[in-house]
Amino acid sequence: MTAQAVDPAPGAPAPDAPVEHRTVETVSSKAPVILAVLTGLLALLLVAAHHPGDVRFALGSSHDFFEIPVIVVPGPVVAWGGVVVMAALTAVAFVLTSALRRHVPAWVTVPFAVVGLVAFLAWAGAGSPRDLSITGLISGAIALSIPIVYGALGGVIGERAGVVNIAIEAQLLLAAFTSALVGSITRSPWAGLVAAMLAGVLVALVLGVFAITYRVNQVIVGVVLNVLVIGITSFLYSQLLVPNAQALNTTPRFPRVGIPLLERIPVIGPAVFNQTVVVYLMFVVTAAVWFGLYRTRWGLRVRAVGEHPKAADTVGIKVNATRYRALLMAGAVAGIGGAFYTVVSIGQFGREMTAGAGFIALAAVIFGKWDPLRAAFAGLLFGFASNLQSILSVVGAPVPSQFMLMLPYVITLLAVAGLVGRSRGPAASGVAYEKE
Amino acid sequence: MSEPNPRREDSLSEALDKADTQAEPGLAEELEQELARQEPQALAPQGDDRWRDAVREIFAGSPAVAVGALLLAIVVGSIMIAFTDSGVQEAAQYFFARPTDTFAALGDAIGGAYSALFQGAVYNFRADSFARGIRPLTETLNYATPLIAAGLGVAVAFRAGLFNIGGQGQMLVSATAAGWVGFGVTGLPFPLHLLLALVAGLAAGALWAGIAGFLKARTGAHEVIVTIMLNYIAFYLLSYLLATPGLLQAPGSANPKTPPMQESAILPPLVGERYNLHWGFVLALLAVAACWWLMNRSSTGFAFRTVGENPRAARVAGIDVPRTTVTSMLVAGALVGLAGVTQVLGTVTTGFSSDIDAGIGFDAITVALLGGSSPVGVLWAGLLFGAFKAGGSAMQAAEGIPIEIVLVVQSLIVLFIAAPPLVRAIFRLPQPGSKPGARKKVSA
Repeated sequence: MTAQAVDPAPGAPAPDAPVEHRTVETVSSKAPVILAVLTGLLALLLVAAHHPGDVRFALGSSHDFFEIPVIVVPGPVVAWGGVVVMAALTAVAFVLTSALRRHVPAWVTVPFAVVGLVAFLAWAGAGSPRDLSITGLISGAIALSIPIVYGALGGVIGERAGVVNIAIEAQLLLAAFTSALVGSITRSPWAGLVAAMLAGVLVALVLGVFAITYRVNQVIVGVVLNVLVIGITSFLYSQLLVPNAQALNTTPRFPRVGIPLLERIPVIGPAVFNQTVVVYLMFVVTAAVWFGLYRTRWGLRVRAVGEHPKAADTVGIKVNATRYRALLMAGAVAGIGGAFYTVVSIGQFGREMTAGAGFIALAAVIFGKWDPLRAAFAGLLFGFASNLQSILSVVGAPVPSQFMLMLPYVITLLAVAGLVGRSRGPAASGVAYEKE
Repeated sequence: MSEPNPRREDSLSEALDKADTQAEPGLAEELEQELARQEPQALAPQGDDRWRDAVREIFAGSPAVAVGALLLAIVVGSIMIAFTDSGVQEAAQYFFARPTDTFAALGDAIGGAYSALFQGAVYNFRADSFARGIRPLTETLNYATPLIAAGLGVAVAFRAGLFNIGGQGQMLVSATAAGWVGFGVTGLPFPLHLLLALVAGLAAGALWAGIAGFLKARTGAHEVIVTIMLNYIAFYLLSYLLATPGLLQAPGSANPKTPPMQESAILPPLVGERYNLHWGFVLALLAVAACWWLMNRSSTGFAFRTVGENPRAARVAGIDVPRTTVTSMLVAGALVGLAGVTQVLGTVTTGFSSDIDAGIGFDAITVALLGGSSPVGVLWAGLLFGAFKAGGSAMQAAEGIPIEIVLVVQSLIVLFIAAPPLVRAIFRLPQPGSKPGARKKVSA
């Protein structure tokens, strides 16, 4: 009786054949539609705001192995060429989904994105006497994505262990505050970084005590922690840091460290291999989190605890202890991201300086479908989009700056709606576990 | 049908493995939820001694916890106040010589702060007449108005299983629409113009939140991402409109600010011209009543709650889940929109800029949580937070105590109220339904 009453979906006891049949039927045409919309938008932009002149793509810098000259091409031609290629790729996507019933593969979407970006840059930079530095675009994007990537990695670890972390924003903010304070007192960015990690751990600990031990709704604790940390840091900022700005709120920063040889590779060398140590650490941590979650015993346990804590408990895994360990580790990771604001970026703390980056990181977690690599990639994407705006304002794009600022969020919206679709978190994420 | 139950659980996890997420996007999610639901819920053991249970019930009940939470938050707030007060700091320097000085200074600072908070939020005893003395209370109600409205919006979405972080965007959009009608439309008489602006604002808020609901229902896009993105989009949209002459920007001005609202579109004062309190508060109260009816007495509200509790069961019961998702976001958006409307047509009628939301969209989440997502709870929570806002600024003005303390106290109250076992452990209150001695397990 139960099987029939609760189970309208044919998946459970049915043989494979109908499921196969469904696969064929439900390949959605969302992705090509979104590609078509993007192509149309770009074409509309080119028609509505015609922008003649040449665009100067600067690909090299002075100390590369070999120098790439500045590429000067007529902007409108390149832009329209891009639109044509995008339209062709969209057509391919339509054929793939409707006639061949296949999903849109990466060899369509990735070139589509690249071509679309080049076309957009060609349009935006046309007629500008300044060089459009591709290196600067990538390098700035990486720097801006630091807090988002670290925050997202922290979020991924926590959620994989079954603890929803809305408090990433709080972790970033408290970490930024502590790293400014400790960095200023010790005059060492390293001490600031360690303090930031401890601050992230502290917030995670509070989250853990309430959400794991006292089984309070995890979303409530997260939201409240955000408010609490804004209150505490703003309070201490006005009471402690502002009166003693010189002694307590001027921290030394990490210098840029170039990696010999690699930094002389054209285009990506200066962008990727001439960054602060926090950036290199970001790549290491991303890889480590991926490896840890998918290739170690620890990761298997964390994921088991997040998906089915009862089963994990049955085979002898200590659910709550595992969750605590994962959450604290996630806090340390998110804390590094918070240190970006002070010991990497501007060297001092400001009231509510994280400005919602924690929520963007949360979006990156979901965007990346709770996978460390994808979430980090989503974080990079957000960083790229926010840096794009500042590069474009340098070359003087003919669009109101507000729309440029809005662009990353619109594209995220379209991407989430069209390409990512339904995202499903770990099954037990957000559910406190009590041993029977 | 003929299969026994244990077999069915197996088939569930099997089906989960087999299920092709691409083929049937909802299926895998539902199976996961089904698995998650098989987790044991936190159930307190039942005691059998009725009389003792009754006594324990009283001390273990939520009023005791609420009082305990309030006390704890006030203690923390007091520590922070002591930290800022220069009198306390001076006296503490010779604490061992004359400790009484320190305690006297502490008493002065903390007593002064909380008395300023009270006088700023409820009744000012130093005023020379009742009409002046009661003014802080009207300020509290004024601050509470948008908090209640937006809190309801977040709460309704919560009950429908959606986390609406988009209060900021919904407020901005509704304020834009209402404000535009409020200063741009001319020639309409008083109640009509106001009504038109109100409807425009509510509709705009509803549509903005509706985008999130629609995308969730149609494509499965997670509402947390969508509402966050919509916040930013709304902010920059409004910034653009405010910075462009001929749109929202006041003519002849370079500031990103709108012209003042016309008289015919302004919410009239509720208790006389000398107070800031306007009819928006009554609208918020009506919204509470409407929400209560909607959530507890209407089939739509039943559908919201069912979908929020268990979308799979809702689907089996014949509820159109995607449609309910869209409807609940529309209702939530309209309620948050009411907060935006009361801001531009009641509180800040001299023209607004892109900070018109004043962080209420995020405060609303806390209000909804404190109110337990029930309309009446949200009303009380909104009033409490309104009192904190009104009293906090008075405290800052009178005693020089930073208003951030209020944020800390507010969040601690919510945190402690949400964690009854912790408060019970600190105050040694008994567990509900537990036998003596069982408490130690939790407080350990």
